[in-house]
Amino acid sequence: MAGSGTAHLRPEQAPVLTVDDMVVEFPVGRGQKVHAVSGLSLDLLAGETLGILGESGCGKSTAGRAVMQLPSPTSGRVRLGERELTGLTSRPLRKARSRMQMIMQDPTSSLNPRRKVKDLVTEGLAIWGFEGTKQEKEELVRETLSAVGLDPDVVWDRRPHELSGGQCQRVCIARALMMNPEVLICDEPVSALDVSVQAQILNLLERTKERYDLSMVFIAHDVSVVKNISDRVMVLYLGKTCEVIPSGRIDSDAAHPYTQMLLASIPGAGDRELSDSAAAVELPSPLDPPSGCRFRTRCPLATERCAAEEPELREVRPGQYVACHHPIIEE
Amino acid sequence: MSDQTVLEVEDVRTEFQTARGVVRAVDGVSLSLRAGETLGIVGESGSGKSVLGRTIMGLITTGHTTQVHGSVRIAGQDVHASSPKERRRLWGSEVAMVFQDPMTSLNPVKRVGTHITEALRLHLGLDKKAAAERAIDLLRQVGIPEPARRMSQFPHELSGGMRQRVVIAMALCCDPKLLIADEPTTALDVTVQKQILDLLTSLAESRQMATILISHDLGAVAGRTDRVQVMYAGRVVERSATGEVFEGPRHPYTEGLLASIPRLSDPPHTTLRAIVGSPPNMANPPDGCRFAPRCPYVQDRCRTEQPELLEIGVRRTSHVAACHYPLPDVDTAGDAAPPRAALAEEIS
Repeated sequence: MAGSGTAHLRPEQAPVLTVDDMVVEFPVGRGQKVHAVSGLSLDLLAGETLGILGESGCGKSTAGRAVMQLPSPTSGRVRLGERELTGLTSRPLRKARSRMQMIMQDPTSSLNPRRKVKDLVTEGLAIWGFEGTKQEKEELVRETLSAVGLDPDVVWDRRPHELSGGQCQRVCIARALMMNPEVLICDEPVSALDVSVQAQILNLLERTKERYDLSMVFIAHDVSVVKNISDRVMVLYLGKTCEVIPSGRIDSDAAHPYTQMLLASIPGAGDRELSDSAAAVELPSPLDPPSGCRFRTRCPLATERCAAEEPELREVRPGQYVACHHPIIEE
Repeated sequence: MSDQTVLEVEDVRTEFQTARGVVRAVDGVSLSLRAGETLGIVGESGSGKSVLGRTIMGLITTGHTTQVHGSVRIAGQDVHASSPKERRRLWGSEVAMVFQDPMTSLNPVKRVGTHITEALRLHLGLDKKAAAERAIDLLRQVGIPEPARRMSQFPHELSGGMRQRVVIAMALCCDPKLLIADEPTTALDVTVQKQILDLLTSLAESRQMATILISHDLGAVAGRTDRVQVMYAGRVVERSATGEVFEGPRHPYTEGLLASIPRLSDPPHTTLRAIVGSPPNMANPPDGCRFAPRCPYVQDRCRTEQPELLEIGVRRTSHVAACHYPLPDVDTAGDAAPPRAALAEEIS
């Protein structure tokens, strides 16, 4: 129920990205603050995909952006490899940030409509400099476009409006790959796409990750999509971590009542009965989140203890961490 | 279930004049719906499912840049042959629609109560007090807590799910015979989606209302509808009982669509069987079968000859598909037929 804690971190395995007790708050006037992310810790190993799952308003996009320092978190630390990103001045931050790239939800609005595909994809190299001849540069751009499944000769001189949503998302992926990043943060990259295109992009991301040795943070609200692409899934609720679980076990072993609720709300999931009362209660205001466990207002298992005491993440099974006083564990 | 036909759509074609030529968004769709029956219409964006919904409703009619051919009859009345005044009488009392985004379907400067009582007073001629009582009752039926208090609130004071419930209450207020829900849950959160779909289903059942549920989400339609119609590039490619379509699709497009959805039961990193390519340009659709350029089983005939929507069912229920080479039926195929997944991989 939305607790904090660091039991799930693996510092001994030299993660490529470490986020430590990250807090993001937005002042909204009258001394009030939106508590978007409250004490989030995560780490990402080389070659791993971490899925971040939650409904809208849970802080999953804010968390992704805060890792990129867009904007910087209110407090907490973000480390890329050994390098501390929080507190960097703008110039070294920009330099460091080029090693992380982000893919946004709406591909058409994240591309400048007036520029051609070749310029959009080359832009990163133009900014950061490219050691090599013009031919080599063009070669690299063409190779990257082919790698994301676009025919360079066809799309070279096109502008975003001449491409479909799926093609635009491929251009965004190509743009990100040009910088040879270590970490790719995907914020709902497929939720604006049709199912048949969604499958193409998911397959592409999987192939790209292998080919370019990427580590990935994949933010989405769809449990099946997240399970498909991730190694590890982190479930967020109102800015706090509920559960961290290896993705292969999410449908069978989820122990947090909120994860269970998400699973039950998949249309067609007939066998899981969703307790109506829990889902019908609305997401509490992030201006004034509930005391103790933040999920307690919607939780069917909530007790007095949940209001008084915030649960810490603890390991309930090997590799599975739950922040809940009453986890659902069937032996 | 009564045998009364509520909706009859015959060979409807909706054409838009655009700068790039004539776009035939809906190209020859026929269907009929009886009271109490629920039809799901699924397809990707651009397949014409929403335009079909609006054409049935009569929101798209022949005008300067639009042509509607064919006929739509709701409760015996031809929507497109009616005058605007007659059509307005039809809306609300015989047919109602629920749209995707509840915020844009509600007037931000009018109270929740006003939205509902307006139609009650106009169509049913109720007085202010009776209309208010009826509205409170409707809000209760759609599962809004404290309905009396909500009556005087404004749409922005409600959450997305609550707003969509208000929109549903508005649609139901004059007991329509037909309800068209166009992507009613797409703008809503995952945990709210299921509640709204369940609400729509139970209301349709208790009121014996014919319902059309338009969605791009196959999961939303499965298990909630009696029949499913799959659309591709303005045409119906397959239509049958919901279970039959999902368990044994006969059209390659339906099969591809189902295969491209990630399943919770599959292990992580399962490669999805995506449909290659993208939907055709509707201003210049391909000759022959419109799915031919993307079809893994394509033959020469498919590229030149347009397949008709034909009955291919082997059971008592009707199963139509528009394909020259429909996939074998799951039960009759037996062991002789190669497994489909293997076949698809061979061909691609």
